[in-house]
Amino acid sequence: MAETMATSSPSAGPNQPATGATPVPKMQTTTNKVAIEMAGVHKWYGDFHVLRDINLMVERRERIVICGPSGSGKSTMIRCINRLEEHQQGRIVVDGVELTNDLKRIDEVRREVGMVFQHFNLFPHLTVLENCTLAPIWVRKMPRREAEEAAMHFLRRVKIPEQANKYPGQLSGGQQQRVAIARALCMNPKIMLFDEPTSALDPEMVKEVLDTMVQLAMDGMTMLVVTHEMGFARQVANRVIFMDAGQIIEANAPQEFFSHPQHERTKLFLSQILH
Amino acid sequence: MTDEAVNLAFARTKMIDAMAPPRAAAGAIGWLRMNLFNSWINVLLTLAGLYLIWLIVPPLIKFLLIDAVWDGAGRDDCLAEKVGREVGACWPFIQKKFSQLVYGFYPSDLYWRPNLTFALGTALLIPLLIPNVPYKGLNAVLFFGVFPIVAFFLLVGGVFGLEHVETRVWGGLLVTLVVAVTGIVASLPLGIMLALGRRSQLPVVRFFSVIFIEFWRGVPLITVLFFATYMLPLFMPANWSIDALLRALVGVALFSAAYMAEVVRGGLQAIPRGQYEGAQALGIGYWKMMGLIVLPQALKLVIPGIVNTFIGLFKDTTLVMIVAIFDFLGQLRAAFADPNWSTPSTLFTGFAFAGIVYFIFCFGMSRYSLFVERRLDTGYRR
Repeated sequence: MAETMATSSPSAGPNQPATGATPVPKMQTTTNKVAIEMAGVHKWYGDFHVLRDINLMVERRERIVICGPSGSGKSTMIRCINRLEEHQQGRIVVDGVELTNDLKRIDEVRREVGMVFQHFNLFPHLTVLENCTLAPIWVRKMPRREAEEAAMHFLRRVKIPEQANKYPGQLSGGQQQRVAIARALCMNPKIMLFDEPTSALDPEMVKEVLDTMVQLAMDGMTMLVVTHEMGFARQVANRVIFMDAGQIIEANAPQEFFSHPQHERTKLFLSQILH
Repeated sequence: MTDEAVNLAFARTKMIDAMAPPRAAAGAIGWLRMNLFNSWINVLLTLAGLYLIWLIVPPLIKFLLIDAVWDGAGRDDCLAEKVGREVGACWPFIQKKFSQLVYGFYPSDLYWRPNLTFALGTALLIPLLIPNVPYKGLNAVLFFGVFPIVAFFLLVGGVFGLEHVETRVWGGLLVTLVVAVTGIVASLPLGIMLALGRRSQLPVVRFFSVIFIEFWRGVPLITVLFFATYMLPLFMPANWSIDALLRALVGVALFSAAYMAEVVRGGLQAIPRGQYEGAQALGIGYWKMMGLIVLPQALKLVIPGIVNTFIGLFKDTTLVMIVAIFDFLGQLRAAFADPNWSTPSTLFTGFAFAGIVYFIFCFGMSRYSLFVERRLDTGYRR
């Protein structure tokens, strides 16, 4: 039973097939409404098959939460979307641009896709403001003044404008992660990827980061979030995706996902994390 | 039994304000006791250290200052039996040979040209080294771009009515500084490119960098200089001649670039992958990522190693002596041969002077690098 569920298209949500993780026929790819399309994506690390037949279509303004046990390929999957990882089979189309070996296209996609990492990855030798203005100035060729104004706008939005001239090392983990969010927003991305944004934070700081992300979701940002914050998933996600062994095992609206998980593996996972 | 339950419960009723630490060891005496005499091993080491200082410093001062001869015209003034007292350093020797030590056999009526070059170099270098002086970009362009060209024409001449001076007659500190500054200025960018090349994804670039680095690190500098000076002309067409000093300069620069490359590579390896990914995720391309994010951090980490290489290079320049280019030390040794100044203390005086000169340059570099390290530390302070 489990086998068929995992390999064939998941039967999650027959009531909403358009957003389900079913293999998407190519004719449906209209670049206007679709933010990300992954079709038959496979990836190997050496002999290890990390991603197996990933099919996922994300519409604009959709918020997707991805969860699953460690090593299930969640991070690898979203890192494929901005080509931090290369996929070896299948196709990934982001905002109408297909990811290939063409470096120009990769940079084009990366400019439009913001990413927030587990360990923030701020540039420690630059101030908070410089972290935020670096890419707009050097990649978008924005005038410095304009970039700084935009950066201050986003720093106010993540509620730390007063830290603008400090270095990342002088901030708390939660503040650093909010800077990382502001830094990504400064590029005016159409899509935001979050790779376990709260996993490296002290418990007291998780909330401030989640609040920022909820705010972002309410503003209509297309978001893919790898997280185990199930409260966040319930609150903002349109769809929750569960992954194991490099495959999408179940996808459903959060209400359904948490109350009526279909797959045995999902049930087990949820019983472990929702005590 | 109920008592235990009561004892387990605790709630603080009053918060404690932060207090100053206890002042058990304050003042100079406290410092001495803490740092120099806090155990019997430390007491022994302190006493041994004091004994060593007493053994070295007073005789040194006696030789260099107290017994030293300050005025004189020839060897007679520096001979103990002629002067009738114990003779230390023979400073008139340095005084009389000073221009030879600085300029070599550069024509004495043209000394203004090296002097002007020194002055220009210093005038451009000092504001570059002081962080608060503005116009750093312009200053750097002037020092690294314009100054070498100006210095070249000033020193070599042959244009603008300046008399041509062959590099064969150059010598002394002039040559030492020309070789060292060229080597230092050329080796850092070359070394960075080689280090990036060695970590490149492109096999051809990586292969070339590895071969280059391993070749130059594998041969001694003396071999390089010998080859450049005596062997290279044999392989070249007869009418093709490259200036001897230039050949030595290129040899030294490539040699130190190979060392620099490995120092820089060490720094690059210390930069976590997350920094690259953070940059890539923002759509920053390879060169900008390296120039704006990775190298500033990597170079900061390896400042001690870089300056180490610079200092080593500065002192290695003296090896050009074996290919008949007389740098500072070479001129000093030539000066020793002057019978007019042959006294028992001439040799000691000369080497003491050389030691002081080299020490000033090297210690200067060392202190400046410490200053830069402390200054750049801000980004990581917790």
